[in-house]
Amino acid sequence: MNSIFRSKKAQSAVEKTAEIVFTVCAFFAVLAVLSITVYMFMNGTPALAEVGITEILFGSIWKPTASEPSFGIAWVILTSIVGTTLAILLGVPIGVLTAVFLAETAPPKLAAVVKPAIELLAGIPSVIYGLLGILLLCPAMYSLEQKIFKGSETHQFTGGANLISAVLVLAIMILPTVINISESALRAVPASLKSASYGLGASKIQTIFKVTIPAAKSGIISAIVLGVGRAIGEAMAISLVSGSSVNSPLPFNSVRFLTTAIVSEMGYASGLHRQMLFTIGLVLFIFIMIINLSLTRILKGGNKDD
Amino acid sequence: MVYINILLVTAIGSYRKEEKIMKNRMIALIAAGILAVGSLAGCGSTETSAPAETPAAETTVEAAAESTASEETTEAAEAEEVADLSGTITMSGSTSMEKLANAVAESFMAKYPGVTVTAEFTGSSAGIESVLAGSVNIGNSSRNLKDEEIANGAVENIVAIDGIAVVVDPANTVADLTADQLIAIYKGETKNWSEVGGADQAIVVVGREAGSGTRGAFEELLDIEDACAYANELDSTGAVMAKVASTPGAIGYVSLDVVDESVIAVNLDGVEPTEENIKAGSYMLSRPFVMATKGEISEQPAEVQELFNYLASDEGKELIKSVGLITVD
Repeated sequence: MNSIFRSKKAQSAVEKTAEIVFTVCAFFAVLAVLSITVYMFMNGTPALAEVGITEILFGSIWKPTASEPSFGIAWVILTSIVGTTLAILLGVPIGVLTAVFLAETAPPKLAAVVKPAIELLAGIPSVIYGLLGILLLCPAMYSLEQKIFKGSETHQFTGGANLISAVLVLAIMILPTVINISESALRAVPASLKSASYGLGASKIQTIFKVTIPAAKSGIISAIVLGVGRAIGEAMAISLVSGSSVNSPLPFNSVRFLTTAIVSEMGYASGLHRQMLFTIGLVLFIFIMIINLSLTRILKGGNKDD
Repeated sequence: MVYINILLVTAIGSYRKEEKIMKNRMIALIAAGILAVGSLAGCGSTETSAPAETPAAETTVEAAAESTASEETTEAAEAEEVADLSGTITMSGSTSMEKLANAVAESFMAKYPGVTVTAEFTGSSAGIESVLAGSVNIGNSSRNLKDEEIANGAVENIVAIDGIAVVVDPANTVADLTADQLIAIYKGETKNWSEVGGADQAIVVVGREAGSGTRGAFEELLDIEDACAYANELDSTGAVMAKVASTPGAIGYVSLDVVDESVIAVNLDGVEPTEENIKAGSYMLSRPFVMATKGEISEQPAEVQELFNYLASDEGKELIKSVGLITVD
């Protein structure tokens, strides 16, 4: 602090440096998004043109290496939609109620245990979920499968690698996202609203369901959308528990998701088969883009309400 | 990301303290650097991973040629004795032999920097046609040569044998399957082990993903191409082994060299899947890898003769084993 002049000079240098740093960072993010978009479209469209968009999207036979190859991914797309939807239907209620517990009803000591546990859950690599799925979920599913389909002439036994296993793994994987975002949404509900509800004679549970959750609606919706994004983009964990055969998405069928379709065949694919895998990537990319855009819209809509 | 954010916040928060300005500026720069490198790496890997996996033979071959060229000077002494060996060896044929052909091309060129080996993968029949037409030196074929091909002057040089074992879980009591039983199981017609003499246990059909060489060979040898009803399509040999080992009633196929005691390799038509039986030709799920030449090897150019010598040497045998194949004696 020798002189005001020098200090100002130094200050402005910091300002400028920081500005440049921010611009460069923003530039890299935009560059990444742009190059991925261009790359996906460049690699995804040739097969689209060659095979035909209707055959790809509505064909149900996936035989990429046959002498007369067939590239229908209808079941694969449907599996991704059904699997993600079921995982959301299962994971969101559990997640939101856990968030209510943490934000509203949990005794501080118990919350101090639950909260770090959920944060740990968020940090577990997806391959670990998959391995646990193989070790715990699949054998349980297999014995269930053997009981349900005992003596069945038509059912193809999958050894427990099926849609349900994948959905269960996905539901657990989206929990941390849903819980954390819902919880902060619930905590952001003004105390005055709750006080008013109590003042009118409502019980704690009534207040939670009639006041707090509706007031945190937009935050909870964005939690759901982020959960969908996580579930639809997951590959590693479900590739280990889904069986990875192209089938209709019935509970005990071995199924293939958009993500696992790319992962499982990338190793040896060549020619049109390889291009088709990029087209599947493009389909997935468009799916995720749609989800992200709707997320942004919901978030903007939520801000307008405030 | 959170860590970087904290750094940036600290940097901005305390920037009024003049004596810390330089330090903070550096922290901010380092943080930005980490971020930039991070995004670059993410970006780069997405774009480069794809072409690196492209099975175009020439790229690998060229890359290998470049790397050996740089070693040329350091290996001057060794190069002296092979200096007279130069030229180009062209191969064409079986896609199943891609792994072997690329491995041979790479290591042969590393040993003889003057020689260029190129390999194309067009299919066994196309490969033999090319060698008979004289457009390539070696025609790769993953089946025995047909009589008419031999009549036209093709010579069958078997360099390696590919063996596939059918494995079941260790608790399975079925130790022997006939070809028809195996085909029925993989086509989904036989669904219970009791139908083939085992316990009342559902069959879980495990296979490899489309495009896998093992799957291609298995389906080709049993003549059930694209007719299999897989319950599990796994993308690696290890995954097949793990799934079969841990699932009661599972059946799968893997390269013979990876079979261990976690699974049981069943006999096919009463023949045990051993190297001896495969060499004797009595085991069903095996096929020869032929490098066909037009005329005897002794009639070939020196570099082609040397390639076959190399394959027959201990070094070449190690190479053949390293790609999961059985050597011929």
